Amino acid sequence: MNDGFRLHPEQASEIAASVDALYFFQVGVTVFFTVLIFVLIWTFALKYGRARKADRILPPHEFWATELIWAIVPFAIVMIMFGWSAVIFVRGSQTPPNAITIDVIGKQWMWRIYHPEGKREINTLHVPVGQPVRLRMISDDVIHSFYIPAFRAKMDVLPGRHTFMSFTATKPGEYHLFCAEYCGTQHSFMRGRIVVMEPGVFADWIRGSTDEPPEVAGKQLFEQFRCNNCHHNNPGARCPPLGGIYGTTVALQDGTTVTADESYLRESILNPAAHIVAGYKNEMPLYLGQLGEEDVLQLIAYIKTLPSPDATPRSEAENSKP
Amino acid sequence: MTTELLAPPERNYLSAGYTARSWLLTVDHKRIAILYMVSITLFFFVGGAAAVLFRLELMTPEGDLVISETYNKLFTLHGIVMIFLFLIPAVPAVLGNFLVPLMIGARDLAFPRINLLSWYLFMLGGALVMWSTFVGGVDTGWTFYTPYSSTYANTNVMLAALGAFVTGFSSILTGLNFIVTVHTMRAPGLRWFRLPLFIWAHYATSLIMILGTPVVAAAIFLVALERGLGIGIFDPKLGGDPLLFQHLFWFYSHPAVYIMVLPSMGVVSEIIACFSRKRIFGYRFVAMSSMAIAVIGFFVWGHHMFVSGQSVYAGLVFSFLSMLVAIPSAIKVFNWTATMHKGHVWLSTPMLYALGFIGLFTMGGLTGLFLATVAVDVHVHDTYFVVAHFHYIMVGGSVMGYLGGLHFWWPKITGRMYPEWWGRFSAVLVFFGFNLTFFPQFVVGYLGMPRRYHTYPEEFQIYNVMSTAGASILGVAYLIPLIYFIWSLKYGPRATANPWDARGLEWEAASPPITQNFETTPIVTTDAYPYAEDEQRTEETLLV
Repeated sequence: MNDGFRLHPEQASEIAASVDALYFFQVGVTVFFTVLIFVLIWTFALKYGRARKADRILPPHEFWATELIWAIVPFAIVMIMFGWSAVIFVRGSQTPPNAITIDVIGKQWMWRIYHPEGKREINTLHVPVGQPVRLRMISDDVIHSFYIPAFRAKMDVLPGRHTFMSFTATKPGEYHLFCAEYCGTQHSFMRGRIVVMEPGVFADWIRGSTDEPPEVAGKQLFEQFRCNNCHHNNPGARCPPLGGIYGTTVALQDGTTVTADESYLRESILNPAAHIVAGYKNEMPLYLGQLGEEDVLQLIAYIKTLPSPDATPRSEAENSKP
Repeated sequence: MTTELLAPPERNYLSAGYTARSWLLTVDHKRIAILYMVSITLFFFVGGAAAVLFRLELMTPEGDLVISETYNKLFTLHGIVMIFLFLIPAVPAVLGNFLVPLMIGARDLAFPRINLLSWYLFMLGGALVMWSTFVGGVDTGWTFYTPYSSTYANTNVMLAALGAFVTGFSSILTGLNFIVTVHTMRAPGLRWFRLPLFIWAHYATSLIMILGTPVVAAAIFLVALERGLGIGIFDPKLGGDPLLFQHLFWFYSHPAVYIMVLPSMGVVSEIIACFSRKRIFGYRFVAMSSMAIAVIGFFVWGHHMFVSGQSVYAGLVFSFLSMLVAIPSAIKVFNWTATMHKGHVWLSTPMLYALGFIGLFTMGGLTGLFLATVAVDVHVHDTYFVVAHFHYIMVGGSVMGYLGGLHFWWPKITGRMYPEWWGRFSAVLVFFGFNLTFFPQFVVGYLGMPRRYHTYPEEFQIYNVMSTAGASILGVAYLIPLIYFIWSLKYGPRATANPWDARGLEWEAASPPITQNFETTPIVTTDAYPYAEDEQRTEETLLV
């Protein structure tokens, strides 16, 4: 992480080398044109110095040809840059199907990390080498930005909605994690590290976790807010049953459908009126501003554990009891 | 023998009145330009002082000189003052105010009283910003990003935002004044394609001022509504959308960069033509490239938001559009360079600044391509790479242009010459100090150092020490002209009407000009920049 004087950052992700290749091409273009202009200016300044004798016959004032050349050549060069970058960017924004999803909550001035296995971390993120990782990120307050220079990866972390960032680490080691979007007084202290481990070491590390899985706290919240008063599987429930809802396609009142993923469940908890399920009325109170992002995350983890009513009718009865 | 010949006209705009009232209630565009010059110079040194303090803080990785609150307030003050109170008014409100009527052979701007109102609005905005500083400062950064600025910051956001809001109206009125003036008050014979490029640049700038500024004013107003009345616009906890602010803000603030640099490009065109003794190569292309930059500038704001959560497609479209700015910029640089070809090049102080502008603007423009390149921007966004890039444009470009113009027209404005040797010395010093300050920031930015960091990892220290060393040189280099300009007011040799043997209507007026600018309205019969070569060329063409 800290290894003295450097001119160029480490490459530790799958896209780092391709971003750097484009960067070096641009450095080349920059040096070429800067030197060209510099040399031309000084050549003309010296050759045509006002006290010097030089060939000044028929000085040109305008040539369509030269104007076209110095419009077309830069255009061609920037289009190469654009196309090259578009390929890298589109590839980088796609998440491989085998990616693991890790939740990140930004909060003035720390990073909270939630592994799917239940392991929690603050300001440190452990990931296995070679494994595609997708971060699902949200902020509890202002805009932050999750930045890993060694991965050439960055994404803003917004309040109110999830943003996503994918990467595959290629080199074990420790790397900087920075908050890159100014977020208030201690912005520059909102830093941490990314620890890239060999898969076996990572598996041991995550298995050794003694952290309570988020669904445990989620169950307590679910009961505390009496969610099951309405969200139960018995006939005549005022609100849609939640067992097995995660990942299904939900039909909405306005005739459209939506996939019940984390973003949808989150919105339905905080602002239920946004999307009403077909056949139900908007009876749920607004929880916007009452539940923090961690509470929401725990509630969703618990909702995911609720079994589908058709699959296991027995536990349905259990779950419908407070 | 020459004393009498060189004596200034007895009645000139400076001798028109010596009382405070004669200055504060003047409607003479030249005196208003002087009011602006004094004001923005004060603001420049306020913004500079803030920079000195945080550059000293950044010498070490730990936060040891000031606490984080103070550091954040310092960079915010630096940004707000330098952008709203110095760079945006610098060339247009000082040099533009002074020269637009002179260059087109007019007596004054179209609306002299509105011109004075612009200055009062500007000073009111400036006073609000200073007030916000004295009562504790602001810590949002000049960008006022929501919901930090609207809900979370506990500092004097309202006062500073109101200051920026008010200066915006000053800018709108100046733009309006220039557009009407250029349309309606050109001297007989001064057709559009005979206008000096300085006028084209100011015309393009004025379009941005009147079309863009209202949008940022609206955005700032909405922040005030949310902050003051709790109306949910940007904060998701109140049902708002934080990205909406960024769209509105950058819709103005990206074109605002062109407000800051286009007028300096106009200055550079005048200087290069004069000190190469040649008409600008590709005059019409340079003129139209200013207009192209003004228009394209309105369609590129999304490149500030590549990692904000906007869609991949939006990212690609804004990346493509941003790339297009390279073309008019390249056209300008190549045409300026080609102008020197077969000219009579005189490396005077203004010329050194103009050549410095070309070099630094070239680097600033080319490094802008890295930021338009979405895949690379994901890495360098919000790092020192961005800081370096926009300082190359705004300081390397705009400030060099302003200083070059100030030297070039100083004899016209004051009737006195500045000391040429000191001028060249400080121009060279500015160039080296600038590069030492900002070049290392490209490297440390690509290494990953985020901007607006009070403390930072140790391995970035070496680059920060270089930057601070450069900034001290730059600070001295800026003080030298301040001293000799003031000195020259009393001790500088008297200037003739046209000390550089330049072309352009402003050089036909006396130095300093009379209040009415011209004794009789000039009549224009030639294209811009009719330097000796042109006459010679015409003769040769006729002989052939």
